[in-house]
Amino acid sequence: MTILKGKRSLLMMTLVIPLWLSFLFLPFKGIRAAGILFVVMAAAIPLSKLAADLIGRIRSPFPDLRRFVPEGARLNFLLLIPALLIPLFGQDYITDVAILSGIYIILALGLNVVVGFTGLLNLGFVAFYAIGAYCYALLNTKAGIGFWSAMPLSVVLTTAAGFLLAVPALRLKGDYLALVTLGFGEIVRLVLNNWDTFTNGPNGISGIAPPFLAGTPIGRLSWFYYLVLIFVIINAFVMKRVRSSKTGRAWMAIREDEIAASAMGINTLMYKLYACAFGAFWAGLAGTLFAAKMRFVSPESFTFMESVFILCMVIIGGIGSIGGVVVGALVLVFLPEVLREVQMYRMLALGCGLVFLMVFRPQGLFGGRNASSSR
Amino acid sequence: MHLLHVRDLSKHFGGIKAIEDVSFSVITGTIMGIIGPNGAGKTTLFNCLTGFMKPTKGSIMFSDHEISSLPADRINRMGIARTFQNIRLFREMTVIENIMLARHAMIKYGFLSCIVTSPSFNYEETGVRNRAFEYLELLGIEKYAGAVAGSLSYGAQRKIEIARALASEARLILLDEPTAGMNPQETEEMTALIGNLRKMEKTVLLIEHDMKVVMGISDRIAVLDHGVKIADGSPSDIRSDQLVIEAYLGKDTHEA
Ligand SMILES: Nc1ncnc2c1ncn2[C@@H]1O[C@H](COP(=O)(O)OP(=O)(O)OP(=O)(O)O)[C@@H](O)[C@H]1O
Ligand SMILES: [Mg+2]
Repeated sequence: MTILKGKRSLLMMTLVIPLWLSFLFLPFKGIRAAGILFVVMAAAIPLSKLAADLIGRIRSPFPDLRRFVPEGARLNFLLLIPALLIPLFGQDYITDVAILSGIYIILALGLNVVVGFTGLLNLGFVAFYAIGAYCYALLNTKAGIGFWSAMPLSVVLTTAAGFLLAVPALRLKGDYLALVTLGFGEIVRLVLNNWDTFTNGPNGISGIAPPFLAGTPIGRLSWFYYLVLIFVIINAFVMKRVRSSKTGRAWMAIREDEIAASAMGINTLMYKLYACAFGAFWAGLAGTLFAAKMRFVSPESFTFMESVFILCMVIIGGIGSIGGVVVGALVLVFLPEVLREVQMYRMLALGCGLVFLMVFRPQGLFGGRNASSSR
Repeated sequence: MHLLHVRDLSKHFGGIKAIEDVSFSVITGTIMGIIGPNGAGKTTLFNCLTGFMKPTKGSIMFSDHEISSLPADRINRMGIARTFQNIRLFREMTVIENIMLARHAMIKYGFLSCIVTSPSFNYEETGVRNRAFEYLELLGIEKYAGAVAGSLSYGAQRKIEIARALASEARLILLDEPTAGMNPQETEEMTALIGNLRKMEKTVLLIEHDMKVVMGISDRIAVLDHGVKIADGSPSDIRSDQLVIEAYLGKDTHEA
């Protein structure tokens, strides 16, 4: 629970969350209302937190979902069955949302390596998503390289970008690191927005080719869905393996206590670099899939809000827990769709839900002992 | 044979001279006690020896290598392990994982072999787990192997920290007040345990406020006061040293 530990947890609660909600509120009610909302929430959250601490253990309205998770691998297969059936409902809309959640699961699990395992707060993760998407878009439209050859290329480039950004940024600690990553996210978006000759600026890049399989384009949504599903499964599997390896242990040791970790002979800077690069790797993959799915990319898809959105997925389910992050991503993609009826207020309702979750169950729905590799 | 030579070591924080021109040597396989009043610079000395602080000047030779400018993780891999005055465990990880982390650098499989669960991955992971368990047994805390480290009692956490330092197979072990906050029975157990390290051919530097403990198990004792080494000798020398009595023992023995 490192990013939510102690003082930093309060900073996170009093600044980041109200900021996020105010941003959501902005288009509905204008800047004044958003400002008021921010101030009120920035005051209300620490107060309600304080009250909650004072009153002692008020029953949290959020259940600890860990109880419902059966042991072992059986569950994974149980989850796989509905996942396989989704396109058979035949509703393109549902498949579409499912593809999107698959892409977000890959993204969120990537960010989870950085934030959840290693405890580095990254507020600009969307930058790597953008780099992955634009790499494929540019490689495809400018150089005519197909999906299967372009994908490894853009993943490698994104990983390298993750590594390179981390080299200077990791000299900073805690909130400073968060701010620098936030800045990096914005810089990437602004470059994409303004480098007209290369990225076509705010108009974005269209005409991106879908992936081809045996000479035919994967145009059908259901085929694309299965493609994404395969990557999600690979991703979750790799995450599980890496977490219980020496690398995963070293990441978590850094999160728990960086000084003790280096006293164990762990080169903490190196492992933080690995974490950033490994996280960026998956963001690059997600970006490539996104560009291939939409067949169009523009800077609009890669705003700061997107970074916060991904971060929320990691936090909601329970930082560090792989299953929790998957659920978090599903909740955050599907819930706004379900709440579409109440259009105006859905983001607000979602945001409030998040705030209450932070106050009453900061370890997330599935969180708890999230550090262990044995879970 | 000396394992550690410290020469003219100084560490200043702005105007504060936390350590000033301290020199001493530690013979391989012996226990050296470091005592001194609060704020004498004992922990700062440990921080310099283990690479967490860069000395302002002076040299630290560890088995014929100059280590004063090396980073902490390098120094650990060269064979110096430590515990911390205010326990630093990986609190949300299990006890066995804490110990396994101490053997991190000894695990040789690569990143990809964990994904494909290669034979070398399985072999090394089982190996490191078993070795870690042996160290828990050595300290008599194997029953906590699966427990979350942060949830255990203070005494148990101290033992885990020592098990972790030993598990790294370091030749030099630095213990910063290992009996602090322990009850008399725990203190006695801990003293016996530190005495046993000698049999394991470990060299030990021991910061300790409990005079009975240091006097009982140290081969040699150095006394720091206001950053300066004021005495260095056998426990009986130290007990009768006038400077030490003035600076430290006189005051402290009355309290005790
Ligand atoms: N990081 C630091 N910055 C500034 N001053 C420090 C720092 N670390 C230690 N000091 C100062 O150096 C002096 C020695 O501190 P140190 O912690 O080494 O004492 P100690 O002998 O371990 O004391 P204790 O018995 O209380 O543990 C103290 O005056 C302390 O305030
Ligand atoms: Mg001290």
